[in-house]
Order: sequence, then C-alpha cells, then structure tokens
Amino acid sequence: MIRFDNISKRYPGGFEALSSASFHLPRGSFAYLTGHSGAGKSTLLKLITLIERPSRGHIFLDGIHLNNLPARRIPRIRRNIGVIFQNHHLLYDRTVFDNVALPLLIHGYHHREIGKRVRAALDQVGLLSKEKADPITLSGGEQQRVGIARAIVHKPPLLLADEPTGNLDPELSREIMELFVRFNQHGTTVLIASHDLDLIRQMGFPVISLAKGTIERNELLTDAQEREH
Amino acid sequence: MRPRQKTKRHKTTRHKPNRKTPSRANTKDTKQSSRLRSYLTHHLQTFVASLGYLSRQPISSLMTSAVIAIALALPAGLYIALDNASRLSAGWDSTTQISLFLKAGTTLKQAEKLATKLRLHKQINKVNIIDRERGLEEFQQISGFGDALQFLDENPLPHVITVQPIIEQENPEGVLHLVKTLQQERRVELAQLDMQWVKRLYTLLDIAQRGVWIIGSLLGLAVLLIVGNTIRLDIQNRREVIQVSKLIGASNGFIRRPFLYTGAWYGLFGGLLAWLLIAIALGIMAEPLERLATLYHSNYQISSLMAGDIALLILISCLLGLGGSWLAVGRHLSEIEPS
Repeated sequence: MIRFDNISKRYPGGFEALSSASFHLPRGSFAYLTGHSGAGKSTLLKLITLIERPSRGHIFLDGIHLNNLPARRIPRIRRNIGVIFQNHHLLYDRTVFDNVALPLLIHGYHHREIGKRVRAALDQVGLLSKEKADPITLSGGEQQRVGIARAIVHKPPLLLADEPTGNLDPELSREIMELFVRFNQHGTTVLIASHDLDLIRQMGFPVISLAKGTIERNELLTDAQEREH
Repeated sequence: MRPRQKTKRHKTTRHKPNRKTPSRANTKDTKQSSRLRSYLTHHLQTFVASLGYLSRQPISSLMTSAVIAIALALPAGLYIALDNASRLSAGWDSTTQISLFLKAGTTLKQAEKLATKLRLHKQINKVNIIDRERGLEEFQQISGFGDALQFLDENPLPHVITVQPIIEQENPEGVLHLVKTLQQERRVELAQLDMQWVKRLYTLLDIAQRGVWIIGSLLGLAVLLIVGNTIRLDIQNRREVIQVSKLIGASNGFIRRPFLYTGAWYGLFGGLLAWLLIAIALGIMAEPLERLATLYHSNYQISSLMAGDIALLILISCLLGLGGSWLAVGRHLSEIEPS
C-alpha cells in the first residue's frame, strides 16, 4: 500500500526531517509509527498525504508514484486516505453531522446515502446522539471521535492517524485503538503515529520507530523477508 | 487479511449481476446519471448554502450589495436620461424645415405657382406660403422693431415658402440634396435649412452617450474589484474550511464553487437594489418632468426601465459579481494549502 524508497526530506533552512527512510506497508496491514516529537513522524505522514514532497527518494502509494504527481491529481489521491489529526481540524461553523458528511459531499454521494453513512459512522464512534450538536460544545475526546468518524465515513482503503489519542484518558485511548483494529479487520490499511508506548505494546502490532529522521527499528517484514514468506 | 478480502470480493461479484442490473452498460449509465444528479444536487445545495452564508452576516452583505447597486444605478440612470433625451429629440425631426426666400420681384401668383409645383415633389411633406405682408406683420410683432419698421417706405421682405421635407431615417443626407435642388429653382433667392441646432443636439447626445459608456465601464470595473475584494476577505475568513477540504481531497472546483455563488448572489442583490434606486429616483423626478412636458405642449411619456432593460441590468450585475469572485478565487485559493 505504502512504499518508501530511500526517502529524505529537507525543509528550507536545511533541517533534515527524514533521511534515507525505507519501508513497505502492505495492503491490509496495521502498523504503529513511534518516536519522540521531532523524530519525523508528522513529516512522514505529510509525505503520504502529499502535503509535502520528498527531497530525495521515491514514494509509492497503491502503486502510484507520488514524487512527480501533478497538483490536479492530488485530490483524487487524498480521497482514498482517511486522515485523523491530533488537533481534530473540525469545522466549527457547522454541526457534527455536516463535519462528518464533508468527505461524502466531496465524493459526490446522493444526500440520502450521505444521511445513512454519516449515521453509521457516528454510531461506530458512539456519537449518534450528537449529530446535531456544534463541535465546540463537545469534549476533547468527543471531538477526536468526530474527527475519526469523518476519516472513516467514506470507507477509505488507507487510514492515517497522527497522535489520535494524544489528549485522551487511557480508557478512551484504548477504545479508540480497538476501533482502528475493527476497521483493519474490514480490510482498511492503518498507520498510526503515536508515542503512547504502553498502549502500543498492549495492542501487539508491528512498530516502525523513528529517531532523528531515520528508521531505528522496523518490525514490518522487509521485501526480502516478504519474498521468503 | 488477504483471504478475507478475497472471499468478500467473490461475494460481491456473485451477487451483483443477478440482483442489481441485467447488463453492464446499463450499470454504467445509471452510475453516470446518478453521478450527474448528485453533482447537480450539490450545485443547488451550494447555491442555497452560499445564500445562507450571506444571510448570517446581513449588515456586511447588505453594504456590499448597496455599493454595487450605487455603482450600477449611476450609469443605468444616465442611460435612461439619455434614452429619454434622444427619444424626445427624435420627434423634432418633423419640425425640420427649409425656408425658401424668393427673389425680390416675384409676385404672389408666381409664388403660389411654385408652391403648387413643390407640393407634388415626393420628398416634400408640407408647403406653406408666408406672403410678404403677413411676414412683415409677424416680424413687427415678434422682433420688437415694430415702430422702426413703420419708417420704411416699402416692405423689405420677400415672399417666403416654407417646406417641410420628409426625412428618411436611413438617409439623412437626402435633405441636403433637396436643399440644393430647391436652391436651383428660378424664383428662389436662398434656400435655408433650419436644422443646424438639431444636428448640434445630436452631436451632443452622441458625446454624452459615449461618456455614459465610459462611466459605465469604469463603474463596472469598480464592481468587479469590490466583489473581488469582498470574496478575498471571505477566502481569508474561511481558511480553515479550505485547508480541511483540500486535505480531505476536495477538487479545486468543489472549493471554488461556494465563493463563485457568493459573488453571483452579491451581483444579484446589487442589481435588484440598483433597480430599486432607479425606480425611486424616477419617482422623485416624475412630477416636475411631467410639468415640463406639458409646458412644451408635448404628450411625451417618460420612459422608465422596460422589463428587458431590468433583466439586462440584473444579468450584467450577476456576471460582474461572478467575474469579481472568479478573479479573487483564481488568485487567492491556490495560496491556501494544508500544512
């Protein structure tokens, strides 16, 4: 699903956020991305969502070479990725329902279908009763779950999350992680950036750890191992 | 993971053909038509939603619309004034006349003979003889030289024939040709066309008309810039929405749409308000204008805006609104990228 081939990212000013990172996340897998803040987790996610472009190396997403993808083709790529942000990125000028419906509107769903799917997604995150609420009136955890509902409502084949449990209590964090596991069981490829190492260990999925922009440890199978497998 | 996906795919392929649609081409058609329908529905929703957006900030929306209205009402009002002036003066064509001053020795009988001949001319509408006695009387009355004229031994005035030509709209030069022909008549001393002032008026109207076009174009440009600037501010205010939408995979068209519709709404309201302003202005001026018309013994009716003109005004206004927002969107939307 995602293949990084010797990726380096140097920001203007000379700071190298990633250097020679290579990994392969197969379709349908579940992996964690860990590392201290500044280790390059966010940069890695930004490269996948085409917010940033790599300075060196090649990125493939579902077989598509992202390096030289023209700007007009970016929306189509992003539509196949569900992204969950640490700071929610909800729109406070509309209701919870309308926030979750946004990806479906972009996809051009019929409005009857939109109603059905939005309610299904809100039900999955346990917020069906809040569909008419303003996001600003919700707690941090509830807002995070609205963000998750928005990321999964259109059933994207790839789900990326940047510190999705960053400011949640342990119990809620675990519930949310289990939610991600459920999506994965339905075939979604999941990559979660998190530094909640205890929780990650409990969940028992492969981990890619980053330190100072390089991949320190990669529990995913390498290409050679995959071939052997 | 993989085996599960495979079984799932099998399931769907097995079910689809017998349950949903009989043929593949048909499926494609329905899919396309439902795509189109949802696309149009989304257009309609955005259209209404952008109206809702404006109604949530009524004061600033009203102010923008009012500025547009004033900028459009001014040239439109001038246009109406000019239209009235040129329609009013069009009636004066019929008052154009050619005066034939006959030679000194010509008798009244000879003058009448000439008049009869002229009446048969196909370019002439009406012929009138002012004999020298009556001419003198009129002159005494009008000129105020009455007393002085009494000291003259004999009447210095010649007989005069006034000729009203038929003016063909498509051939205004025809009159000048007629004047030349009449000048060559044996008894005619001087043929004079009293049309100079009408010509001058037409020239003035022509200049004024071009002036209105220039003012109209400049104010139209102003409307374009006003809407552009308003939409630019809207884009700044909705930065977050744009960033999130782009991140979720919204196409540029999807993001552009609400702003374009907002611009069109500004234009529509501006156009309607401009119409209202013009109607009020005409209402205020109607009474003295009618009085003026009666003073000139004219049954002239002031032309207001016709339905077609109103439609054109509002159409232009909408297009300017749309154009203004297009400019702003083209320039500023690409600057906002998710980070």
